Amino acid sequence: MPFLTLSHIQKSFGGTRALTDANLSLHAGQVTALIGENGAGKSTLVKILSGVHQPDAGEIQLEGQAVRIDHPEHARELGISVVHQESVVFDNLSVAENMFVGDRPRERGWVSWRTMRQRAAEVLKQLDATFDPDAPAGSLSIAQKHVIQIARGLTRRARVLIMDEPTASLAHREVEELFGLTRKLSAAGCSVLFISHKFEEVFDIANRYSVFRDGASVGEGELAASSRDELIRLMVGRPVEQLFPKTPPELGEPLMRVEHLSRTGEFQDISFDVRRGEILGIYGLVGAGRTELAQVLFGLESADSGSIEVCGRRVAVKSVQEAVREGIAYVPEDRQTQGAILPFSIASNLALPNLTALAPRGWWSAQRETQLADEWVETLKVKTANTATVVQDLSGGNQQKVVIAKWLARKPKILILDEPTKGIDVGAKRAVHAVMDQFVHRGCAVIMISSDLPEILGMSDRILVMRRGRVRALFTREEATSEAVIRAATDA
Amino acid sequence: MNASLSAASRRDLVFGILTVALLAAVSVAFPSFASPANLADVLNDTSILILLALGQMLVIVTRGIDLSVAANLALSGMIVALLNRSFPAIGVLPIICIAALSGGVLGAFNGLLVWKLRLPPIVVTLGTMSIYRGVIYLLSQGAWVNENEMSREFLRFVRWDFVELTTLSWLAIVVALLGFIALRYSGAGRDMYAAGGNPTAAQYCGIDPGRMQFIAYVISGALAGVCGYLWVARFAVAYTDIALGFELQVIAACLIGGVAIAGGVGSVFGVVLGCLFIGIIRNALPLVGISAFWQMFINGLVILAAVLLSARQRERKRSILEAV
Repeated sequence: MPFLTLSHIQKSFGGTRALTDANLSLHAGQVTALIGENGAGKSTLVKILSGVHQPDAGEIQLEGQAVRIDHPEHARELGISVVHQESVVFDNLSVAENMFVGDRPRERGWVSWRTMRQRAAEVLKQLDATFDPDAPAGSLSIAQKHVIQIARGLTRRARVLIMDEPTASLAHREVEELFGLTRKLSAAGCSVLFISHKFEEVFDIANRYSVFRDGASVGEGELAASSRDELIRLMVGRPVEQLFPKTPPELGEPLMRVEHLSRTGEFQDISFDVRRGEILGIYGLVGAGRTELAQVLFGLESADSGSIEVCGRRVAVKSVQEAVREGIAYVPEDRQTQGAILPFSIASNLALPNLTALAPRGWWSAQRETQLADEWVETLKVKTANTATVVQDLSGGNQQKVVIAKWLARKPKILILDEPTKGIDVGAKRAVHAVMDQFVHRGCAVIMISSDLPEILGMSDRILVMRRGRVRALFTREEATSEAVIRAATDA
Repeated sequence: MNASLSAASRRDLVFGILTVALLAAVSVAFPSFASPANLADVLNDTSILILLALGQMLVIVTRGIDLSVAANLALSGMIVALLNRSFPAIGVLPIICIAALSGGVLGAFNGLLVWKLRLPPIVVTLGTMSIYRGVIYLLSQGAWVNENEMSREFLRFVRWDFVELTTLSWLAIVVALLGFIALRYSGAGRDMYAAGGNPTAAQYCGIDPGRMQFIAYVISGALAGVCGYLWVARFAVAYTDIALGFELQVIAACLIGGVAIAGGVGSVFGVVLGCLFIGIIRNALPLVGISAFWQMFINGLVILAAVLLSARQRERKRSILEAV
């Protein structure tokens, strides 16, 4: 008998139907993967299970008993623990306190810091975490903050553990550690719901799957009896014949050449070049210095030594303005806070790097702005009623298209993409990849930073692997295998 | 001390040393300033500020702001002054309870608007600031309640002293100690830091950030109410405009004391230091022969310096990208 069952759950927000007919069953000691494109209703389901939202209709059963999960604290009492997608960590509180917020150990009604610290240290030891329970959480890396969330679950003897895309910001080794832990919990009888976009991970960790599409369950079963293609077909509702829309490159002369670039504490002695028509993939673990490198190339930070050449001419990119003038564009990793201005419309977002073009005599023209936006929404097939739609209301994949479009509209020579398809659905991923392919065929170059190994292998012409701030390997497309790339990226 | 507060407590320590240095500098020029009697006077003079700033700290820590504290103080002060005039037989303890109740209700009104209607705290308290002042006028018809209309006991309570310190100072000390203990060892106290530090995460932990704001407003209001009685009794007069603009000094004391305007950060020790700093400046300037107008100037400089310091403390790395 399933430990937790959801049947015919419905939920609407205003006029939007987030869940129409959600069904799910979790079994003790099993890891169930929840798969679906963005907007399929996965996040809403998580919020219902964690007591943040109440379903409009349908039933939740725990051990055969119908339950109502009134609020997050209630979910916790029922033994449902959630590792959230976004980092829900209190930067201003210590690691130990973070693990016990909402359920602090007490002595005669008063918070017992001693017990809290002891128990936190025990749980952290169980997780082989090396950080100090007294350290402020704000001083930790994103991966470490995720570990805190998992530790939070462990302090409560969770019976159901929900992991909402926990690996999105984790490096390979950290994912392995997380999976080791997940297996341990599941072996101890815990039901795990694992939500991820990455099929490798799903097949690696889960026993069962449940696929959601447009707010409804469209299939579930044993993973052993299924295949990746079948899951993709269920997710998108159509077969996907080729995963990566990459066409053979037409390479030209080097567009950008970087020599011995260093920035203290972040990366050392980085040299590489990118040619016209080329997609250079940069792979590495979190903390390898990839984003930091990109930020130096884009003038957000300055290098301590080394040189950057664009089109054979040495340039000093001391500011973003200079980088943009040199034809460099950068699409950052976090589109929500760094890429797009969420409360602005699509048109206004697109206009931002293009104001000079839109304001020929110093006066901005709404007509030109709309024209530009219409053109790019059409080119990149952004799914929206019109360009006045606020970016916040778009799905993750369409938001990313807008962020890429605003730079493409400036006609850059070199496009730096930092985790371009992180957290976006299969359809949008494919569209972004196609845009990259078309872009380089116009004689431009792409530098793509990604932690998504299939993407790196599938899209790159050459792959630069970084580890701890240094270049560890450079593979051609033909040489690269997942084993070789991972070996170069890890400390092994 | 908890390491999560280590950056903050380091700051408190540095600021404590600065305050002592300021005290030493003034005392070198004016040895009489450092006499126990004078220091007791400074504390006495700063006590109401400390009480109000402690309440304000809770509000700011939970991401609110309370511009109505001084108006609340004046209204609650007027209510007890009028009561005392009409019923001189009422004892001081009931008077204090009524003042706290009145302040608490006014604070709760702020809190409800912020919590239930989700109105921005600065707008709500800007509005209630005017409303509360207006109500004083309606109650008093614009008239003053003077010393000769107050009972002896009403006036005397704030003037009792014990070991050189007056009731005012002792109240400030006791409330500061209680505040320290409550913020460090009570669930609600910790929840305030959590709710102010990351309201989204707090919700996922079963904490209602709006409810924490409400509680902060009620406490801040109740303290303002008590201060209303203390103020009226201390200066032996109640009228519409008492403590006019004092809320800005209260907020300034919090900011100087290291309370982060963005919420989640603030300590009782820091706030008390911030108040003492203002108190020392206020009492030393006349001695040094500098106009009291410079006091505002100096307070302002210190606020900017404090904000600058904490901004520099934040990780400079990728500040452009991570600024939210």
